[in-house]
Formats: sequence, structure tokens, C-alpha cells
Amino acid sequence: MKSSSPAEPVISCRGLHKQYTGRGGSVNAVNGLDLEIRRGECFGLLGPNGAGKTTTIEIFEGLLRPTSGDVEVLGMRWGDNDNELRQRIGISLQETRFTERLTVIETLVLFRSFYRNGKNPADVMDAVGLREKAKSWIGKLSGGQRQRLAVACALVGDPSLLFLDEPTTGLDPQSRRQLWDVIRRLQQEGCTVLLTTHYMDEAERLCNRLAVIDHGKVIAMGSPGELISGLGGEHMIEFALANGTGALDDLFAGLPSVKEVRSDVNGIALTVSEPHIAIPALLGRLQSQKLELARLSTRQASLEDVFVGLTGRHLRDDEISSTE
Amino acid sequence: MTKYHPLSELFKARLREFVREPETIFWVYAFPVLLAIGLGIAFRNRPAERVFVDVQQHVSAEEVAKSLRSKPDFVVAIHSKPECLDRLRLGKSALVVIPGDPYTFLFDPTRPESVLARQQVDDALQRAAGRKDPLPTADRHITEPGTRYIDFLIPGLLGMNLLAGSMWGVGYVIVDMRVRKLLKRFAATPMKRSHFLWSALGGRMAFMIPEVVVILGTGVLLFGFPIRGNIFAILFLSLLGAASFAGLGLLVACRAQKVETVSGLMNLIMMPMWLLSGVFFSPERFPDILQPFIKILPLTHFNYALRAVILEGASLSSQFWRLALIAAWGGISYFFTLRWFRWN
Ligand SMILES: Nc1ncnc2c1ncn2[C@@H]1O[C@H](COP(=O)(O)OP(=O)(O)OP(=O)(O)O)[C@@H](O)[C@H]1O
Ligand SMILES: [Mg+2]
Repeated sequence: MKSSSPAEPVISCRGLHKQYTGRGGSVNAVNGLDLEIRRGECFGLLGPNGAGKTTTIEIFEGLLRPTSGDVEVLGMRWGDNDNELRQRIGISLQETRFTERLTVIETLVLFRSFYRNGKNPADVMDAVGLREKAKSWIGKLSGGQRQRLAVACALVGDPSLLFLDEPTTGLDPQSRRQLWDVIRRLQQEGCTVLLTTHYMDEAERLCNRLAVIDHGKVIAMGSPGELISGLGGEHMIEFALANGTGALDDLFAGLPSVKEVRSDVNGIALTVSEPHIAIPALLGRLQSQKLELARLSTRQASLEDVFVGLTGRHLRDDEISSTE
Repeated sequence: MTKYHPLSELFKARLREFVREPETIFWVYAFPVLLAIGLGIAFRNRPAERVFVDVQQHVSAEEVAKSLRSKPDFVVAIHSKPECLDRLRLGKSALVVIPGDPYTFLFDPTRPESVLARQQVDDALQRAAGRKDPLPTADRHITEPGTRYIDFLIPGLLGMNLLAGSMWGVGYVIVDMRVRKLLKRFAATPMKRSHFLWSALGGRMAFMIPEVVVILGTGVLLFGFPIRGNIFAILFLSLLGAASFAGLGLLVACRAQKVETVSGLMNLIMMPMWLLSGVFFSPERFPDILQPFIKILPLTHFNYALRAVILEGASLSSQFWRLALIAAWGGISYFFTLRWFRWN
């Protein structure tokens, strides 16, 4: 049985590698990953498409075998006593299509039957807000309701560790917030949650700690606050010039309180610690160079900025256009 | 709190999914019945085959035609030489009679109806010319139940349907679950793998019983199909067949990652058996070179055994080797399924 020492990690992995070999050569989906996830926390894996999030989580779930590396889950290892481990974890895969002609309650009862101990399927339906859909066929549910059903199936075995692979992808903001509430409540009940996402706001609001993953490696780890303050400044100034952007980065790098300068097709972004100092300095510099301003805005720095700062790329391909 | 048993929940899920799908109900139950009715009607009370005979123009053509017309089966026409040839080639006539000395019959010896027509026309002409047959003969037609085409067909349809139902109801269904990542989701739970496979098999067995009842029932009610064998022997045989075929279904579903792959594999297995294993006509009709192949197919032995038990009232023990071969196919399929099956 598990020891209840809070210091003992729920998941720990060292030197995790996963290589896929296919016709087009081999892909290092996970490339030397070290992680420790603590009891009771909500831990997020944040990264762009193809970063290796699903591969990592499926190795933890015992569904994939790593090429090399060491993984311990709930103090056990896959291959020793898999059934015992499976009794204690709950899983929602990135993409599962449940049988369309079964109802919500029938599906939950089916999943409940696989576990020695578990929750009452009706209670789980309440928890995810699917009570009134109990007798509906799954084929008739909306996308968000299906996602909540997937989470419900993960919960029905009363897990102490929950894996959620992109639980809110494709949902409208309302449904996403509902799912966040479900996850927060679980965490309050003492469940450890590992989730993957490529929504930075989700990671910021939901996760106690997170690892930013790119190309199968952890490129930053910590609480959302720590990661953002790691930028050196917690504010962003974004502006564009009337006659386009040249190679002007150097012009602004030396301004007081400016930590970093980035430019892309939409304009220039400055990471600053104190906007009330940086803005007058910026305006002065523009005037002295006879550059005309087309737009200027300031905002709080986000995990997106952390990611862009680390990789020079955006988390999602649509991010660049959506900032306008 | 209620305790749910995984095996019974999996089984119930399978039953529910099946009965809630009207398309599969049609293919499994209604389609074979419609096929039996269609073929039964097509081959029932077939009117005596008419024989199309042409007589080539000649001074005595009219006389020849007259003597042939005295037989009701003959449809006789007189045409010029080139017309006669054309009509023969196009299949409009089976035989051309060229009056003269000797009378000549023009026909293609590979066309069965032409050979038959030659015999009958020759007979009719000889009799008209005054031949006396030394041996008196008489015809009696058998159309009593148990010997008609429909009686041959019904057990064959049942065999065909049990094979198809097992392949689709197990093989296709499982691959579809793999495509939907549901198999992977199940594998991520503590579910016992054997429970899943047993439920697939159990579901198949449950759907099989109405299949047997519906197909044999149609035969009995609409065509007076005779069931001379023991009903439990028939059920046992059907159960064995369906279970063995379900093994084949599992085997094709072991690795297939797409429903197209499994559909192709299933057709590859089912088509030769539907054709060669005596569903619509006796496998003995095929050339000798195919016989060893036909004799290892499980459906061949299933159909033989089923016909023997139903139509002749044979005992199961008399069919022992056929049953053993069917069981062996199933056993081998399950063995390899357990080794090769992939959950994701
Ligand atoms: N079965 C496989 N065979 C070959 N390559 C694979 C396989 N599964 C994943 N990959 C590759 O491994 C890399 C990581 O994939 P993974 O699914 O872990 O990414 P992800 O971070 O979950 O991405 P997403 O946000 O799109 O879900 C990708 O480059 C992908 O193409
Ligand atoms: Mg993924």
C-alpha cells in the first residue's frame, strides 16, 4: 500500500526517451524528460502540437512503453502489478469515441464495473453536470458533454491519480470553465491531477505547477507565477509603427526597464518590469527617431510570452493572428 | 451499493448496441429471409424449359416444323441459312435442323440446352418417321419436400449467414472500437482482457439463436421445409459453427487499424467460402483441382453436416470428423488471437 508521506512524488521519471521509427525515419517524441509530480497538486504539461505531451502521459498511464528511462507511478512500476495500478488511476485519452448507442448512465456503469472500488455512477454524473443527460444516447451529446463524459469515466473508479489529455480542447469558453470547476473540486478532494493543454490561460488558472515542453524536452518548469516572473518583467508593451517595422529591435533594447525585445509581422513587443518608466522612454525614443506610432497597448505577461521567449515560436499556430 | 459484474456489463452493452442498430438487424435477420424467399420463388414450380429450334429453308421444311410442333415444349421457326446461323450464334435458338439426307443438326456442343435439344428433336423426328421404341418408359417428377432446390438452399443460407454474422459481429465491431480508441480506453482500466473477448463471443452466440430460428422458420412456414433432425443437434451445430467463425472474426480483427482493412480481410475469407463451400450449389461441381482446398474450408463441412442433420436426420456422432474440423479452425483462430491481439 502507498505510504502517505506528502514528500513522496506521485509520479517521477528520469531520462525518459521515446523514439518512434516509421517509414520517414525516426522521431524522438520524448527526448530526455525528467519530472516529479507531487501528491495533491494539479500539474500541467504545456506545449505546442507534437511536443510529446500525449506520448509522455501515455507512458505514465502504462499504455506506451518508453524506449528508455525510468518511470514510477504511485510508488510502483509498470510491468510489476499493472492491475493494482490501474485500479488507482483514472484516464481520459486525447480522443475516445464512446459507443454512440449506449446512454450516459450505461457507459458509466460499464466503466464502474471494471473497478473493485469506485464511485456511484449517478454521483459522478452530478459531479460533471450530466444528470439530465443520463438517459441520452452518447451519439446525441454535444462535444462538450462528450468531453465531460470522458472525464466522468475517468472518475468513476475513484482514482487517486487522474490523467487528462487535453480535456478542454475544442470546447467553448463556457464548457471549458465548467470542466475547470470539476477538476478544481477533484483536487480539493485530494486527487492528484496531471493534465496536458496548449491553452496557456487554462494552465495559468488550473495548475499549481507546470512543465513547458517542446520537442520532447522540458524547457521550463515551475508555478505559473514563477515562470512569468522568470521573464524579468511581468508586463508587455506591444506597438506597431505606421511605416512598418524594420530591423529596429536594437533601437529599443537599451530603454530603461526593458528586459527583452521581440518583433514579428504584427509589430514589436517589449517585456518590461515597470511600464510607467518604459512607456515615456519609448515615446521619447520614437519622437527623436521621427517614427510614427500606429498602435500601442500594454498587458500582463502570460505563459504564452514565456513560451515565445523560450522558443521564439507561439504555442498555437493561430496565436499570431488572434492577437490582433 | 449495487455491485456490477464486468462480464455481464460488457455483455449487456454488446446486446444493447446491437438491438439499437436497425441496419445490422436488417442484414443479420431480414436479408437472409428475403434471399431465401427470392431464390425459393425463382426456383419453385419452374415451367418446363422451352426449346427453341430453327429449321433451315428447304422443300420439306414445313413438314419437319409441323411434326416438331406437335410437342408442346418446342418453339419452332423456319429461316434462311444465314438467318439460322445468326440466330444460333446469338443464342436465340438452341439448334438448327437442316433437312436433307442425312438430316443435319447444327449446334454448339458446349451449350447444355443445345445438347438437350438435339436429343429431343432427334427423338421426335425418329418417332414421326415411324420408329417404335422396344422398351416402354414413363417419367415421374419428384417435387416433394426434402429434395427440392429450396431444401438444399435453406441450410446453405444458414451457414452463409452464421459465417457473415460472426465475421461482422465480432471482427468488424472490434476494429471499429480500435479505430474509436475505445479498445485503448478499456485497456487503460483494470478490465480483464478475457472478459472483453468472452463478451464479444457471448454476444455473438446470443444473436445466433434468432438467426437459426428465423431462417429455418421461414423455410418451414413458406416452403414446407422438412426438419427431420433433432432440434438440439441443429442448435449445437449452429453454436459450434458460429463460435468457430467468431474465432475467424477475432483473428482478422487482431491487428487491423482501419475498418477498410478488416472489411477487405473479411471478404477475402468469406467470398471463397460462399462460392465454394456449397451455399448455393454443391461443391462437387467444381473441378478436381479445387477439391482439396474446398475440403479444408470450415463452411464446407458445416454445410454438409447441417444438411445431413436437418434433411436426413443424421446424428451428430456420424458427423464427428466434420465437427472436429470446424472446432479445429476455431481453436487455431483463438490461439493466434490471444498471441496477436493489439489493444491500441
Ligand atoms: N504512433 C506514432 N508513430 C510515429 N510517430 C508518432 C506516433 N505518435 C506520435 N508520434 C510523433 O511523436 C511526436 C509527439 O507526439 P505527441 O502525440 O506526443 O504530441 P502532443 O504534444 O500530444 O501533440 P498534440 O498537442 O498535437 O496532441 C509527434 O511528432 C508525432 O508525430
Ligand atoms: Mg496530444
